[in-house]
Amino acid sequence: MYVEDLGLIQYGHACQKQKQAVFEVLQGGEERIFLCEHSPVLTLGRSASRANLLASVDDFEKKGIEVVETDRGGDVTLHAPGQLVAYPILDLGRRGKDLHKYLFQLEQVGIDFLQRFDIVAVRVSGKTGVWVKNCKLIAIGVGVRKWVAYHGIGVNVRTDLGLFSLIRPCGLEEGVTSVEQCLGREVDMAQSKEILGNIFLDHFQSCGI
Amino acid sequence: MSDIILPELGEGIGEATVACWHMSIGDKVEQDDDIVEVVTDKASFNIPSPAAGIIKEICVDPGVTVQIGSVLARIEP
Repeated sequence: MYVEDLGLIQYGHACQKQKQAVFEVLQGGEERIFLCEHSPVLTLGRSASRANLLASVDDFEKKGIEVVETDRGGDVTLHAPGQLVAYPILDLGRRGKDLHKYLFQLEQVGIDFLQRFDIVAVRVSGKTGVWVKNCKLIAIGVGVRKWVAYHGIGVNVRTDLGLFSLIRPCGLEEGVTSVEQCLGREVDMAQSKEILGNIFLDHFQSCGI
Repeated sequence: MSDIILPELGEGIGEATVACWHMSIGDKVEQDDDIVEVVTDKASFNIPSPAAGIIKEICVDPGVTVQIGSVLARIEP
C-alpha cells in the first residue's frame, strides 16, 4: 500500500485516476491512498437534494465553482483549495465486506488526524463525519465497486469556509469548521498531508491482510 | 432466470436504497457488469450481474428502500 500526492487536481481528473486504480486493484494491483486538493467544485452525491444548493448552478459557475454529479454516497459537498482530500482505494473484500465498518474506520482516521493537532473531535450518531464542537470538519462519502472502495474524505485544513455558505453541506444545518479555525493559526498543507498519509497507512495496513 | 439480489452490506445494515440503474429492461449484460447502485448512509455500492443475459424485469425504482435479500431485477439467459 502506498500514498500518492496528486497535488491540486481537477475533480473529474481525480475521478478518472480513482477509476483506473479501482480497476488495477481488482486485477490484484497495490492498494493506494490518493491525497489531493481540488479547485472549487460542488459535488452532488447519490443522495443529493438540489434544495441544498443555496444558489443556482449559473451563480456557482459565475463564481468559478464547477457543479458535478458524482457516484459517491451522501448529499452535497464542496471541495476547494485548502481542503485535504483523501481517496483510499482499498479492497474491502479483504476487510470484512462491511460498509458501515469502513465509514467508522474513516471517521477514526479523521479523529486520529485531528488529535495530532490537539483538536478533540467526535462522531455524531446518525451524522457520519468528524465533528468539532457541533461543526463538521471532515466530510465522508464513498463508492464501492466489487468491494473495492473509492472516493473518501475531505478534511478542511485551511479551506475558505465562506464558500460553504453557498450550500447546506450534506443537507445539514450545522456549520463547517477547519483545522486553522480551530487552532487560530496557519497550518501547513504539506505537513498535513504527511500526517494524514501516515495515519492511513498505519490504520489500514494493520487491519488488512 | 437469475435474480439480482440486494446482498449483505455489513453488520447491522438491514436495508439500502436504490440510487440508480445503470441498465434498462431489454439490455444485454455480461456477468460482473455493474447493474444497479444502492446507497446506505454515506456509501454507494454497485451491484454486479450474477450472470450474462437480458434484463427482463426491474423490480425496484430509484429512491425506494428495500431489505437485504430483496430481488432487485431478473435476468434471462
